[in-house]
Amino acid sequence: MKSIWSAWSKNQLDRLFSSILLTFCLVIILIVGTIVYELVSRSALAILHFGFHFLTGQVWDPVHQVFGALPFIYGTVVSSVIGVILASIVGIATAILLTQYGSWRWLDLISILVELLAAIPSVVYGLWGIFILAPWLRQSVEPILNRGLGFLPLFQGQGYGVGMLAAGIILAVMILPTITAVVRDVMQAVPNELKDGALALGATKQEMVSLAILPQAKRGILGAIMLALGRALGETMAVTMVIGNRPQIAASLFAPGYSMASVIANEFTEATSKLYESSLYEIGLVLFLLTVVFYSLARLLVWRIRLQMRVNA
Amino acid sequence: MKGYKRFSRSFMWLEMACVIVLLLSGCAIAVIHQDAPRMDQITGAGSTFDYPFFSRAFYAYADGPEHLQVNYQSIGSGGGIEQFIRQTVNFGATDVPMNDSELQQARSAGPVEQVPVALGAEAITYNLPHIRQRLHFTGRVLADIYLGKVLRWNSPEIAKINPGIRLPSSQIVVVHRSDGSGTTYIFTDFLSQSNQIWAKVVGTGKSVDWPVGIGGKGNTFVTQEVQNTPGAIGYVELAYALTAKMNVGMVQNRYGSFVEPNLHSVTAAARQFAHVTSRHFSIVNAPGKDSYPICGYSWVLLYEHQTNRGVGEAMTRLFSWLVTSGQSYAQSVDYVPLPQSVKRLAQSLIKRIAYHGQPLLQ
Repeated sequence: MKSIWSAWSKNQLDRLFSSILLTFCLVIILIVGTIVYELVSRSALAILHFGFHFLTGQVWDPVHQVFGALPFIYGTVVSSVIGVILASIVGIATAILLTQYGSWRWLDLISILVELLAAIPSVVYGLWGIFILAPWLRQSVEPILNRGLGFLPLFQGQGYGVGMLAAGIILAVMILPTITAVVRDVMQAVPNELKDGALALGATKQEMVSLAILPQAKRGILGAIMLALGRALGETMAVTMVIGNRPQIAASLFAPGYSMASVIANEFTEATSKLYESSLYEIGLVLFLLTVVFYSLARLLVWRIRLQMRVNA
Repeated sequence: MKGYKRFSRSFMWLEMACVIVLLLSGCAIAVIHQDAPRMDQITGAGSTFDYPFFSRAFYAYADGPEHLQVNYQSIGSGGGIEQFIRQTVNFGATDVPMNDSELQQARSAGPVEQVPVALGAEAITYNLPHIRQRLHFTGRVLADIYLGKVLRWNSPEIAKINPGIRLPSSQIVVVHRSDGSGTTYIFTDFLSQSNQIWAKVVGTGKSVDWPVGIGGKGNTFVTQEVQNTPGAIGYVELAYALTAKMNVGMVQNRYGSFVEPNLHSVTAAARQFAHVTSRHFSIVNAPGKDSYPICGYSWVLLYEHQTNRGVGEAMTRLFSWLVTSGQSYAQSVDYVPLPQSVKRLAQSLIKRIAYHGQPLLQ
């Protein structure tokens, strides 16, 4: 029996297959394109009304119809950066332990626990944040930080528990699995010859890690951090529950702040005027653009490191 | 110890058996219901404030002679109005009635009837563990606290209206809603009416530019925030404050007496506005000796000209029940039943709803 395809030449089949793939690919482009189009067209009213001042304005007053996005941009960036810094320290350390100190018997358990963190829904993190993290921060951590490091503006003022610090810590816990898993895989991919060579030259384990592994894994680690940052920027529910939801720019990490995703989640359902709704859409647009900027920066960094490594080799 | 273990194990089996029986009966009920003839369905969307009351009342109604299923989505008042204007739902529900420009948008489908269906109050709650007595507040002082002018609990403004209470010197932590809500509208409406500076600087709205404080999402998190933070003050729907057993302050009314929020004082306030309309809907700062000053209605939106006779009849019967005998369910979830005069008013509004000029409710 002849197959229905037998009439087709091999070349034609290939072309058919690639055009099917292209169709699916176009779906992605179409989705991204539609999102951008919708965001721009729906925020047009706010863009025309406020112009560039939308990005520099610090007042968010729905009653008097004045909308500025700067406190939200600030809150999103600062809370994400705190999260990424904390998660990078813990995540990279964990990954080094997992890959290089393989003899310890609890390692598997740690590995599983870290991966389990990724399976917890965002709202559960938020609840944990408000019931456990925030009271703990208010009663123990913030007074200690204030006493010890109170000379820095970062740790001044009264701590409420909820605020920028709480949001950063919640984000750190949420992106920890991403950083740990990716960095672990990257480190495992470092050729054994390099490790053995370092050890054979008389390096201690710590020297082996810092001389042979980290330089090799640099690109992957950066990639992991950027991936995590991407997740932190857009995280909504958990952050809304602990950041304090106050549109202000304060030096202190104890002070409440606000993030772009949170203000959309909080106010979109009850935004009754057209300009108000449009401003919230523009916040969404800014968040989208911010993610694009961070992503491009990451690509640029990765590309430069690759270039450097090629030059060195 | 062994005996206990055996006991706990058999208890576990019993528990599992119960769960299985429950699951099976659930399936059985589902199957039976599928066999039953399809019921009429009505969809609505809007206010989250109404949701506990609606879900309770509609559930009871579905069990009644009508067998009408009401699918209510609590997406927020703004969303409710929008869906109603687009006619994707049969009715909308909102804490703040539709304004003129919104009514204008809905005009293609004809005039809108806005019917008061639920009455609620807001409690001022605070976290001062060492104080047994109920604190007194006035609208002016509350506004000063929320403006960031009164910063400490023992400041003279608060001490003056709370004679004999040893107030702590701790800082006041102001908590407010972060999401847009009718609760915030009613509270800021009260502050605007009590304090001119508040009216000028902040104003009235579902979301406002708060001069101080931290924001919690929904009543639940404002409640949680206040309970978590010593020295905190917040405003929540009465039901939440009562369930969480929080300190509830007494608020001075227009007459000058300090009143606590309860069935009696909220009804007293609502009675003062027998002719409440969707245009003059504010009932804060009610006159009268017993009136509690921070309360408000929630409204259902219905088109006066119904396009489907069956749906129109079912809906008018549903809401005519909801504003009369259905009000008993309001009390069970700590809302306040409508006063008689408002029940009559609501009925008369529902009677205007018609199909091809013919009133649907006799």
